[in-house]
Amino acid sequence: MSEHIAPTRTPEFEARLKKRYAAERRFRRLGLAAIVFSVAVLVYLLGTMTLNGIGGFQRAELEVPIDFTQAGISADPATMASDGAVQSLQGQGLPEVVQFFAEQSLGDEAAEQLGAQAWRDVADAIAADPSILDRQETFWLPASASLASGYAGEGSAEMQALAQQLDEAGKIDKNFDTGFFARSDATNPQQAGIWGALKGSFLTMIVTLLLAFPIGVLAALYLEEYAPKNRWTDLIELSINNLAAVPSIIFGLLGLAVFLTLFPNLRSAPVIGGMTLALMTMPVIVIAGRNAIKAVPPSIRDGALAIGASPVQVVFHHVLPLALPGILTGTIIGMARALGETAPLLMIGMRAFVASPPDSFTSPATVLPMQIFLWSDEIDRGFVERTSAAIIVLLLFLLLMNGLAIYLRNKFEKKW
Amino acid sequence: MSPTILLLLALGLGLAGWLAARARAWTFRKASPDGRLASLPSYHAWYVALWIILPVLVFVGAWSAIAPGLVTQSVLASPAADQLPAFGFQRQTILNEARAVATGASQAVFNPLAKEFVEPYRQALSFYNWIGIAATLVIAFLGGAWSFLRLKPDFAARTRVERIVMAILLGASLVAILTTIGIFVSLIFETLRFFGMVNPLDFLFGTHWGPDPMSNPNNPDSSRYGAIPLFWGTLFIGAIIAMIVAIPLGLMSAVYLTQYANPRLRAWIKPTLEILAGVPTVVYGYFAALTIAPAIRDFAISLGASNPSSESALAAGLVMGVMIIPFVSSMADDSIAAVPQAMRDGSLAMGATTNETIRRVLVPAALPGIVAGVMLAISRAIGETMIVVMAASTAANLSANPLDSMTTVTVQIVAMLTGEGSFDHPATLSAFALGFVLFMVTLGLNFIALRVVKRFREAYE
Repeated sequence: MSEHIAPTRTPEFEARLKKRYAAERRFRRLGLAAIVFSVAVLVYLLGTMTLNGIGGFQRAELEVPIDFTQAGISADPATMASDGAVQSLQGQGLPEVVQFFAEQSLGDEAAEQLGAQAWRDVADAIAADPSILDRQETFWLPASASLASGYAGEGSAEMQALAQQLDEAGKIDKNFDTGFFARSDATNPQQAGIWGALKGSFLTMIVTLLLAFPIGVLAALYLEEYAPKNRWTDLIELSINNLAAVPSIIFGLLGLAVFLTLFPNLRSAPVIGGMTLALMTMPVIVIAGRNAIKAVPPSIRDGALAIGASPVQVVFHHVLPLALPGILTGTIIGMARALGETAPLLMIGMRAFVASPPDSFTSPATVLPMQIFLWSDEIDRGFVERTSAAIIVLLLFLLLMNGLAIYLRNKFEKKW
Repeated sequence: MSPTILLLLALGLGLAGWLAARARAWTFRKASPDGRLASLPSYHAWYVALWIILPVLVFVGAWSAIAPGLVTQSVLASPAADQLPAFGFQRQTILNEARAVATGASQAVFNPLAKEFVEPYRQALSFYNWIGIAATLVIAFLGGAWSFLRLKPDFAARTRVERIVMAILLGASLVAILTTIGIFVSLIFETLRFFGMVNPLDFLFGTHWGPDPMSNPNNPDSSRYGAIPLFWGTLFIGAIIAMIVAIPLGLMSAVYLTQYANPRLRAWIKPTLEILAGVPTVVYGYFAALTIAPAIRDFAISLGASNPSSESALAAGLVMGVMIIPFVSSMADDSIAAVPQAMRDGSLAMGATTNETIRRVLVPAALPGIVAGVMLAISRAIGETMIVVMAASTAANLSANPLDSMTTVTVQIVAMLTGEGSFDHPATLSAFALGFVLFMVTLGLNFIALRVVKRFREAYE
């Protein structure tokens, strides 16, 4: 049976159709490739950070058994409970004791590579439990940065050899470093931690939230519910939309020129950082808030007005509670952006080396992204790992916040 | 006195006023024959509380800006002040040390001269603390007493409270205008100071950028402040390299997600792209500096470059492009979704394939929206700081080779303001002039983009 060919389905037509279908397939694959590429970059980025960062949560430590019965160190519970515990132990020669036992068990050469601050870990352990002074105790103490890099297979040849020798004796190991979450910035990667930056971030975020949230919500309420349609309202609206698009570093310039001129004593304090970030976050909250308020159906307002509520009561008793989940979602997203922001804080001096966690809103502080930036400038291999570890912590916080926002959105999403 | 304590004091007094006023309103209600008041007791309470808290808030805000200056002045009026060096920086350090000890922030002073100022500081601080507390109490008392005396059974407290609430709402929305004005004024002010030292024409059209923060501030070399290489670097990294990455990838992702992907894939891919948008820029910067830049240098060596820089425009631009992908794709997504379904159906009914429909119908119809999205993406890219600070260099270079090191406006703003130079030096002030240019350009791009979107939306209504 011969194939019937309709008048239009000429061979040329078939060829063209084939070409068009091929183009279609190519186009579709191109689209898929674009997405695969974006996802691949994300996976690659997260992958490198995780691989690098896992090492950052650990540190190379040396095994040092200390026999306190020979050490002649005394610790009465009252001193140990006070702030002066570490000083008291230092005065009694604890650093030398630690050094002595390190030489005993590791040999002179390796004992020199014990971190200079290693005895502090011992002091902390004694302060926490003075009864260990009556027995022998084995400590894992931080190695020096050069030995640590030798253990990682980098750095000078002698250090690598020494590390290998210690490794064979089972006296060096990489342990999970809980202190990474409890210490602050340090010049030595083995001693560096993120608690100071984390606390600075918390304090800064509290200030940002306390300023941006009320101002943003109130402004959104005014613009959406009460504002008359006139030139002033247009001006307010225009400036809010523009502020949302201004590069973040410009807010840093504003903070530098205005806030630091008004409060010169508060350089690099969380309160100034928080104020600067609040100006940046406020437009985001206003825009999200207006959308949430707009979504509340007019019948609710009419109902409330009909039974005699005043316009202010309508908004604060009815509209605001219904719009709040939407506003909160927008707020969390805005705060997540503020949490990851670095550039404006760079301008107002939050880049200083701060070795102790800030104790108030007015003491010098740094924040987590800034800590990442500061560490990224260090060439030491140990800091590369620490930086990646800090990035993992930051990304986890951001994921948590965004997850919360998505959860809130899904839970409270209403269709009227 | 720390503002926190003054604020807590104000809140406490406000609460007291609230309770007192409510009790007063209840007694009115008991006394009135029909048990009715013009407003509910809680509105009386809020009226008094607001009259206490708001004036105090205003005072505390002003006081915390004024008080440190007053303290310093009274310290400088003390006899010891004659020994202070006249030179600004050293003088400030001594005063800061003394203040830190006086407030208890540090234990002891390093500079012996500072010791003399600890006592005057302590006195001045406690003097002004007491003034602050006393003024807070007086203001709270006056506001509270005045409002409390106005309470009567027929007093329309609710109307008053609502009027105050409206004023607060209006005030909150004015913050946006104030911020805009603040940005504008602070940038203009410092920019004008800069242009008083350096000719604006040299700045805008000069081709050599190399400010020296250590040079004599009174006689700057105008020829070192030519910003053209910075503008070019910004444009090349942000508007050319980044967009070459972001526009095709973003557009194709949006097209695939809206036209081809099945809903389940879409439900997974969209949040994934959103994660890409949520990664902090400092992380992208680190990624660029640590991973991409060395890879590009190796690539340049394999191409035969003799001495490639590890800080190339390409590394910063590529990573910035990746950062912008989700932004472009969501803007394109929106504008493609806004094209009426009938146009798509019509094209398909005529026998066009999906890709022909997209290329000949959807994209042209959505083009104004896409263009607007691209403009917003460019404005974001040229304002982006951390990626270029970490991955681009500080060497100004007027070159079209993506493997060369280049610097951008934002990098120079950071470099000029985090250096050692004094605040009156043209090198420091040039950062504000650069910031002003950046602000105007991004504002212009946003403005045009919004205009384009507005026009386009009207087309289908």
